[in-house]
Formats: sequence, structure tokens, C-alpha cells
Amino acid sequence: MLSNYEVRATRTIPTEARYSSQTSSLSISSPQVYQLLTDLKERRKESGKNKHSSSQQNLSTIMYETLKYLSKMPCHLQNPEIVKDFLNAMLPHKLTKAEKLQLLNHRPQTAVEIQLMVEESEERLTEEQIEELIQTVTDTLPGDMAPEEDVEMDVKTDH
Amino acid sequence: MFVLVEMIDTVRIPPWNFQRPLNDAIVEELNKKLANKVVYNVGLCVCLYDVTKMEDSFIFPGDGASHTKVHFRYVVFHPFLDEILLGKIKYCSQEGVHVSLGFFDDVLIPPESLQQPAKFDEAEQVWVWEYETDEGAHDLYMDQGEDIRFRVSDEVFLDTLPSGPSAAAETPAASGVEESGQKKEPPYTLIGSISEPGLGLLSWWNS
Repeated sequence: MLSNYEVRATRTIPTEARYSSQTSSLSISSPQVYQLLTDLKERRKESGKNKHSSSQQNLSTIMYETLKYLSKMPCHLQNPEIVKDFLNAMLPHKLTKAEKLQLLNHRPQTAVEIQLMVEESEERLTEEQIEELIQTVTDTLPGDMAPEEDVEMDVKTDH
Repeated sequence: MFVLVEMIDTVRIPPWNFQRPLNDAIVEELNKKLANKVVYNVGLCVCLYDVTKMEDSFIFPGDGASHTKVHFRYVVFHPFLDEILLGKIKYCSQEGVHVSLGFFDDVLIPPESLQQPAKFDEAEQVWVWEYETDEGAHDLYMDQGEDIRFRVSDEVFLDTLPSGPSAAAETPAASGVEESGQKKEPPYTLIGSISEPGLGLLSWWNS
């Protein structure tokens, strides 16, 4: 019964793997996912190209694509300490978890971006507070370079 | 944009994997089964996060494989509603602007959710935002491959599992061929919106 899944052409799978709906799903930040995938990639590289490479093709595909996407985002420069500092710095701003998560994932640099990510920002935040928020985000989260430059720099440091 | 989802599944380990540590074999089976697949009403599965609990393994009569009930957490792409995401324009059509995130391709921004007034350029097959300034209207083209920021306004899950035999005439052998011949419906589609200041092509808001 279980072995039939791979035969299908569609990408849906039956929810034999039950999703326990009573436990609310936990949000996970992009830097965490980036870290996880990078580690996984390293481990798979170390273990060499075993015979299981064909059965893990889906995993390889999504790992490659997700890493490619995330490495263009500011999150690939973040680490747990930075995230912790960021969350501490966010405490006085009284934002919701979802808002903080988006600020972390996107590292907004302009007021118009803040207004998108913070709900009802006109009422909740004054202009000065928005400026402060941008300043905090810029100070605590690294990343100023354009994505292309990043890649080049990585290559250089490798040599 | 990513969530950790707790799941429970019974994992079947075939006998030729018995020489490997059970944990490794289970991790591999779970990634083989779920990675890059959409689970209905859950999202697009990316990779295993951790295994939280493993129950006893069983061997059933007539099957040499072991079956283990596993509680685990999986990293799933499932942005919450109103989340802001960044993508690239895949192409434009009458239906709207199709956006890709690289690992996830099925994002559609319908015409009514574009920056208004918008029109569809038939000749070039692109959507255009007719941005009005004091000096007249500027046409802002939404070209293929441009970076675009959008808000998730809705999500659509489609059960793409083969349904039961509807017509008695259908033979099981033919159904597979037929399916691939039909237009493949994406199992999970995000509906986006860019009708707010700050949303749309990144280049619109940089200056």
C-alpha cells in the first residue's frame, strides 16, 4: 500500500502521514531553514554519492532550489546570535511574532516596506518610531551588499 | 514562510536496509516520501527537521519489511495569509502575473490585484501598470524575470489524487496516460496581491 506513492505523476501525496491539527504548526525563520539545509547538504556531501542518490532526487531538487532562493535573501548572513540580538532589540517596539518574523526575513530598509509588514502601522507607529525601527533592523541584521556581489565575495574567500 | 509541522507516519523499511542504522533508514524514507511534495492543506514539504518519537517496530506476516510508527517534524513551505514574499515573474497571461520562488512555482497575481490602472499588452504579452504622474501616465512594464514583492492574499489546495473510477469504461491501464495528457493542475496555489504601495517590482520603489 505504501509503496505506491512514487508511481504518481502529481506532487500531492495522500495524508497517510497525518498532520496533527490540534498542535498549531510552528513558524520557522528563514535563517533557520537556511542553516538546516546547508548542514544537510554538507552531511550528504561527506557521506559521498551512495546508491540512495536516485531515491533522494526530490530532496536534492528542493534543497538546491530552496538554498538558491534563500541565499539571495538577507537570511544567509544571519546566525542564532544575531537573531537573538534582533529579537531583544525588537522588544520595545511591541510587534507581533509574525511581524518580527517578516522583518527578520526581509530586513526592510525603507518606510514603505515597514508599512507593508507591520499591520495598521499608521495608527500604531509614528514616523519617528518607523525610523527607529529601520535603524534597529539595519544595526542588528547584517547585509548591505547586493546579492551578486555576495556570491563573488564568497568565491574569493574560498580560494 | 516556512513552518514546522508535526506529523505521524508508519515507515516501512525494506529488508535490504536492515544493515543500516534504523534512524538513518527512517530519515531517508521520510525524505524520499515527502520532500518536494505537497500535502493537502499543509503545504509544500521541504525536508525533515527532526524525529521526536519512534514507537516499536513490527514485522507483518507475508512482508519482510519492518514497520515503525514515527512522530516527526517536517519543514514545510506554507506562508501565512498577508505574508510578504519575494519572487520572480515567470510570465504574464490574461489570467494575471505568474510568479515563481524558484522552489515553488504556483503563484498567481490576478488582474484585479495588480496596481491599478493596469492593462494587458497583447503584443508583448505583459501586464502594464499605467502609473499616473502630473506629467502624464507612465507605462511600467512587468517583464519576465523581474524581482517582485507581493502579499499572499489567498491559498488554494487542490486534491490531485486520482479519484475513484468515475466511468466504468475506463481501464486502469489507460488512466495513467490520460492523466498526463490533461492539463496538470497545481496541487497548491498561492494567490498574490500587489495593489498596495511598496508592492510590485522592486525597481518601482527603489528610487
